[in-house]
Amino acid sequence: MSNSWMAIAATAVGCYAVKLLGLSVPEGLLERPLVKRLAALVPIALLAALTVQQTFSGSGGTLVVDARAAGLAAALVALLLRAPFLVIVGAAVAVSALAQHFTG
Amino acid sequence: MVRDALGVGLTVGLSGFAFGATAAGAGFGVPQACALSLLVFTGASQFALVGALGAGANPLAAVAGAFFLGVRNAFYGLRLAQLLRLPRGLRPLAAHWVIDETSAVALAQPDRSAARLGFTVTGLSLYVLWNLTTLAGALGASALGDPAVWGLNAAGPAVFLALLAPMVRSGGRERATAALAVVLVLVAVPLLPAGVPVLVAAIAAPLVMFVRRGAEA
Repeated sequence: MSNSWMAIAATAVGCYAVKLLGLSVPEGLLERPLVKRLAALVPIALLAALTVQQTFSGSGGTLVVDARAAGLAAALVALLLRAPFLVIVGAAVAVSALAQHFTG
Repeated sequence: MVRDALGVGLTVGLSGFAFGATAAGAGFGVPQACALSLLVFTGASQFALVGALGAGANPLAAVAGAFFLGVRNAFYGLRLAQLLRLPRGLRPLAAHWVIDETSAVALAQPDRSAARLGFTVTGLSLYVLWNLTTLAGALGASALGDPAVWGLNAAGPAVFLALLAPMVRSGGRERATAALAVVLVLVAVPLLPAGVPVLVAAIAAPLVMFVRRGAEA
């Protein structure tokens, strides 16, 4: 588990460093159009990929459809109904638990 | 305003609890789950890290995914720096609280003093709440058993989706990036070791920019 501690430390340092960087760099340095556009798109790509990967990945590099998919579908419906953040996450958890109960 | 704050608080509380339980379910100890919330304090990166490591990802790939996700906070910081005009000595302290929620609240205020107050109140209350609920989730996980039974393994993806939605509403380039990332990760998951597919999918961002640029020229 020492690998986990290393990963935790590295993530903590990295994430803190970028937060501080944003507050400290002179104006203009990160304001270039190319940098701004890339900075807006990278989290979109990561979040989309993480949503799909953490919903559909099974053990050992397989793709599976299980209770998590039902939860994500519920979150999507809540999202389309313009529900607040809490309801979106709550719906995913509740529906996934129900699906797990009936299928697992 | 109070109602909004309450909503944010409840959401963060639930997410913190889900994070604690997810981390414990992924094989992290209670001190590790708490260390993540205390020291990293940016939810999406934390979910990404424990999800990747729990799935057996190479630690380097897992850290890279969490880090790139955290880079957006630098751009919040940039806007907050202009808005809050914090004294130099306060910046290292304030930096830790530069996250989605505090930025959203601060940027929505009408003037500097309201923004400073909004940032401080949101930062402090969310920091306390996020860490307490992480602890509760991590401790409760052993009593709860498998997080899947309680649907808690769907919390991470739902958090990602809810963060993603307002970002892709703004336009075609954003939607193309999300769609391409989804395709890339689905192709990559069966082929590449855990943790790497998400990094591969991140290539969607420069790729879409490059193609769009070519189309505009």
